[in-house]
Amino acid sequence: MSIYVTHPEAREIVFDFLSDYNDPSLLGAFWVTIKLTLLSGVGSLIWGTLLAAMRVSPVPLMRGFGTVYVNVVRNVPLTVIILFTSLGLADIFGVTMGSKVFETRDFRLAVLGLAAYTAAFVCEAIRSGINTVPLGQAEAARAIGLNFSQTLRLIVLPQAFRAVIGPLANVLIALTKNTTVAAAIGVAEAALLMKEMIENEAQTVLIGAVFAFGFVVLTLPTGLFLGWLSKRLAVKR
Amino acid sequence: MTEVSVAKDDVAASGDLVVLKDVNKHFGALHVLQDIDLTITRGEVVVVIGPSGSGKSTLCRTINRLETIDSGSITIDGKPLPQEGKELARLRADVGMVFQSFNLFAHKTVLENVMLGQIKVRKADKKKAEEKARQLLDRVGVATQADKYPAQLSGGQQQRVAIARALAMDPKVMLFDEPTSALDPEMINEVLEVMQQLARDGMTMIVVTHEMGFARSAANRVVFMADGKIVEEAVPDQFFSAPRSDRAKDFLSKILHH
Repeated sequence: MSIYVTHPEAREIVFDFLSDYNDPSLLGAFWVTIKLTLLSGVGSLIWGTLLAAMRVSPVPLMRGFGTVYVNVVRNVPLTVIILFTSLGLADIFGVTMGSKVFETRDFRLAVLGLAAYTAAFVCEAIRSGINTVPLGQAEAARAIGLNFSQTLRLIVLPQAFRAVIGPLANVLIALTKNTTVAAAIGVAEAALLMKEMIENEAQTVLIGAVFAFGFVVLTLPTGLFLGWLSKRLAVKR
Repeated sequence: MTEVSVAKDDVAASGDLVVLKDVNKHFGALHVLQDIDLTITRGEVVVVIGPSGSGKSTLCRTINRLETIDSGSITIDGKPLPQEGKELARLRADVGMVFQSFNLFAHKTVLENVMLGQIKVRKADKKKAEEKARQLLDRVGVATQADKYPAQLSGGQQQRVAIARALAMDPKVMLFDEPTSALDPEMINEVLEVMQQLARDGMTMIVVTHEMGFARSAANRVVFMADGKIVEEAVPDQFFSAPRSDRAKDFLSKILHH
């Protein structure tokens, strides 16, 4: 490696292949990865929280739905779910996600699939967080007249979230890497570009290293930041 | 038959705040509450004592339906205890509860703990709620701790905040479920003093406790429970000096001779 670094010319030749990729560019592809991660991250957080609420609700039908959803979705490979959004939802059921442009449609379908899949893990992380909140907290909330939804929203979930920031960071990191599966339905994110480069260029190991580095740059700070946040927001008992 | 009994209840309802009738409850095979009949009148302070496992905490918790009952009826201020939903939440707001383990909301400050119910249940505006919360915290002697989190307070302080939190809802009756059992000995008195003051102010109170001194000085009536039954009811002086049942005699002999 050292010769690449010390000889400007050598470096130029080795990294030359990158300049051939302008649409999408390396940064452009990673930007799509980031958008996939953020959008499906927010989606899965909302849907996962709702699922967790269902799983602890007093209504048997909701509990049943939550349980079945989580156990089905987390046990199906993500590739199958992502392929289903495109081949099933879009091609058979005509779900277009509000766009006739294939690129936009597939991007949105990928967000939907990723969110639906990740929500199952978010749900279970939050549910384990709910279990760390002492029963007395909910009893005290009910005793001052809060109803089920207020007790959950104001007392139980805020404490549950703080307890599971660490596990949620794991889920988010996994999600970041799982976005590569969106390549299966042609979303132009980092992994699709990598595949294309590997097919066209000679420096396969280097290409792999560049993309690996790109993902580490995305996930490492996420983990560090959320780890710090988790300590800062921990509920003292 | 029912019509007659309802009519009778209505006459009695004027002074009766909490009425339990033929209340039964099981935990699996364990019959924890057996045919409980108990009437608490407005302004009365009733202390429930008895050996552990006698059902006194369960009794206390059935009154705001933190525990359901298998049969019988509980009425509060003339209204039967609702099964669930909005009605039940409204009723619980009228019944203050203080727990053995304080159960202050761990992620909220002391002040927020006392404001929350006022704002979310009573729909008070924020300024009025804060004013009232500070007043109540002052009344229970922890005004200076308002901005701290529960974990930063001593047990005695936490329990006094819990009392303030319950009082903030302007309850008709206060339930105390062994409020001093989790406290270090030197903190028991500060909590009991607040409770004594409440009793003097005319609050209706149902207190499950092992503090015989409190029972003697603050109670209008002592209810002695054993094995899920109310064994004896009497005014404190009579109960402590001349218990009628063997079970009560036995219990008192074990706790009063140290």
